[in-house]
Amino acid sequence: MADGSLGLWTVPLAVFGGAIRVSTPFLFVSLGECITERSGRINLGLEGTLVMGAMSAYGISYLSGSPWLGVLAAGITGAMLGALHAGICSLPRVNDIAVGIALMLFGTGLAFYLGKPLIEPTAARLPAIDFGWWSDVPQVRAALRINVLFLIGIALAPILYWAFKTTRWGLLIRTAGESSDAARAMGYSVLAIRLRATMVGGFLSGIGGSFLSLFYPGSWNEGLSSGQGITAVALVIFARWDPMLCLWASLAFGGAAALGPALQSVGVTSGYHLFNAAPYILTLAIMIITCSPKRTLTGAPAELSITR
Amino acid sequence: MTTGSADPVEAVGVAPAADPGFLQRYGATIEYILIPGAALVGALATFGLFVALFGKNPLDLYFYMYQGAFGTWFSWQNTLTRAAPLILTALCTALPAQLGMVIIGGEGALLIGALSATSVALAMPWASPLVVQTAMVCAGVIGGGLWITLAGALRQYRGVNETISSLLLVYIGLAVLNHLVEGAMRDPASLNKPSTREIGAANMIGSIPGTDVHWGLAFGLVAAFASYILIYHTVFGFSARVAGGNIRAAKIVGLGVNKLILTICFLAGGAAGIAGMVEVAAVQGRTNANLAAGYGFTGILVAFLARHNPLAIIPVAILLGGISASGGLLQRRLGLPDASVLVLQGIIFVFVLASDALYGRIGFLKGKS
Repeated sequence: MADGSLGLWTVPLAVFGGAIRVSTPFLFVSLGECITERSGRINLGLEGTLVMGAMSAYGISYLSGSPWLGVLAAGITGAMLGALHAGICSLPRVNDIAVGIALMLFGTGLAFYLGKPLIEPTAARLPAIDFGWWSDVPQVRAALRINVLFLIGIALAPILYWAFKTTRWGLLIRTAGESSDAARAMGYSVLAIRLRATMVGGFLSGIGGSFLSLFYPGSWNEGLSSGQGITAVALVIFARWDPMLCLWASLAFGGAAALGPALQSVGVTSGYHLFNAAPYILTLAIMIITCSPKRTLTGAPAELSITR
Repeated sequence: MTTGSADPVEAVGVAPAADPGFLQRYGATIEYILIPGAALVGALATFGLFVALFGKNPLDLYFYMYQGAFGTWFSWQNTLTRAAPLILTALCTALPAQLGMVIIGGEGALLIGALSATSVALAMPWASPLVVQTAMVCAGVIGGGLWITLAGALRQYRGVNETISSLLLVYIGLAVLNHLVEGAMRDPASLNKPSTREIGAANMIGSIPGTDVHWGLAFGLVAAFASYILIYHTVFGFSARVAGGNIRAAKIVGLGVNKLILTICFLAGGAAGIAGMVEVAAVQGRTNANLAAGYGFTGILVAFLARHNPLAIIPVAILLGGISASGGLLQRRLGLPDASVLVLQGIIFVFVLASDALYGRIGFLKGKS
């Protein structure tokens, strides 16, 4: 056992800490995708956006010395990729799922290309707030070192929930997602609504990527994200397009993703790779349980190609 | 990036004879060649601009790309060697596409196929090479086939979106491979790069005589031709295309849609599984993480560029194989990072999808009904 004082309690503690630390990218991507999908379009390219966000945040933070500038750059990069997705999708007869796959490959390729010189240098990282000051146990303190982005993400979920329900913009996005004819009849351009929704979704995903490179794991390399973006897209589906459920699901996913490293820290190394695949297995399992071939999913935007 | 707005102009420039009968017969075929071709040119131009931003000469880029892909006999062989797995993984996307499914998990089926083929080969050290190789092909097909069938079954029986599930299965497949390669199947002698034991030199499938191109290319060509015949010249393929066009009509005329989907998914995964088997039996000689080289993902692009036509996949795979073969030369001569091939692939993909909007809109081809 790695440490005697806590013994096997290290594992749930590390999973709890992981739920906080690892869940942030899941949270941002899923909230962003939630907005995009509510407007009636699915953006599978967020995997690429996440990696591009991570790369640009790291690069800008390295060049400017300010990690927050990096976060902003990541968001803008994400929004630009979102605009590209929406722009291509607004052409007639273009399939949004296929465009997402293309942008997934394009985003990762571009990030690897531009990020080549960034593997060596160390960029300024985002600060953490120490919520574990009351405890003497180092593991507890480590688990409670929380980044501001996580708090922003947590605050964002209820705000989005409220915005979808009551604001004019929320209603417009939902209208575009439920019936583009209705939105058009009201005199709004569905394409413009979806463009903005996809850009906001890309912005949030980019920020999720900046968390990866600037806080946890906190460096830039080509293996930084392996499928976290796509997992988060799947997460939106079983969170039933509800921002609050996205929050809980992201936390559960962060915990699952932290399971592998946590078990390794107490000396269980045999199934390391399988435990690392826990989020994907969990996603698949939850999708199998919650989906049904007979009915469309409750809460699904009617215009969404993935549910039709 | 503008999305191929210059393409129609370019397409008009190469008008064939304006005989309406000719256009009626071949208009659609011309479109299928002209539009992706124009998208490709647009993508290459954009990529040229992209590298120009980094101070490289685009003309040098095109020259070295041609040189590295098709310039010499050596580069042709390199290109064809890379095209072989691309044909097979492209079929993994193209076959389900006939049924209207978007499967992007070819990489996972490739890995599982490679793992199954290696396991079978290691389990029968006493058998003669021909027996081992046959068993490896079967194991690759079954392993990869069942992997994609899982995605198809989940969609058909549980309504799980097959695009997402097949991609998740890639990551799960990679985890299974790493788990076995670093655990139960690890060769104790492989220290730096955990690998399985070697399948043995006698069991390798070797090269096509007179070339350095391995027999995987023949597997790919046979699979592509067989898929073409299956889809366009058999009742089974016809029912698949009916079901892909209109699932309700297919049910009304009594087609077994479940069976169709599962069979097609099995064949699709089987093709990618053979790609994995070939990579083991012709290149690596063992299973390790090197197998996850991205052939599965490039295969998706090949399938889309070929518009899911099994025969068109062959030249497109050679083209994309050439692009990835030229990566090394671009790295050495122009100092471009190895990811530049990925960037170019991404740009091509974006352009090809955007060009979908052009079908049926090119003025001089309107002669067709």
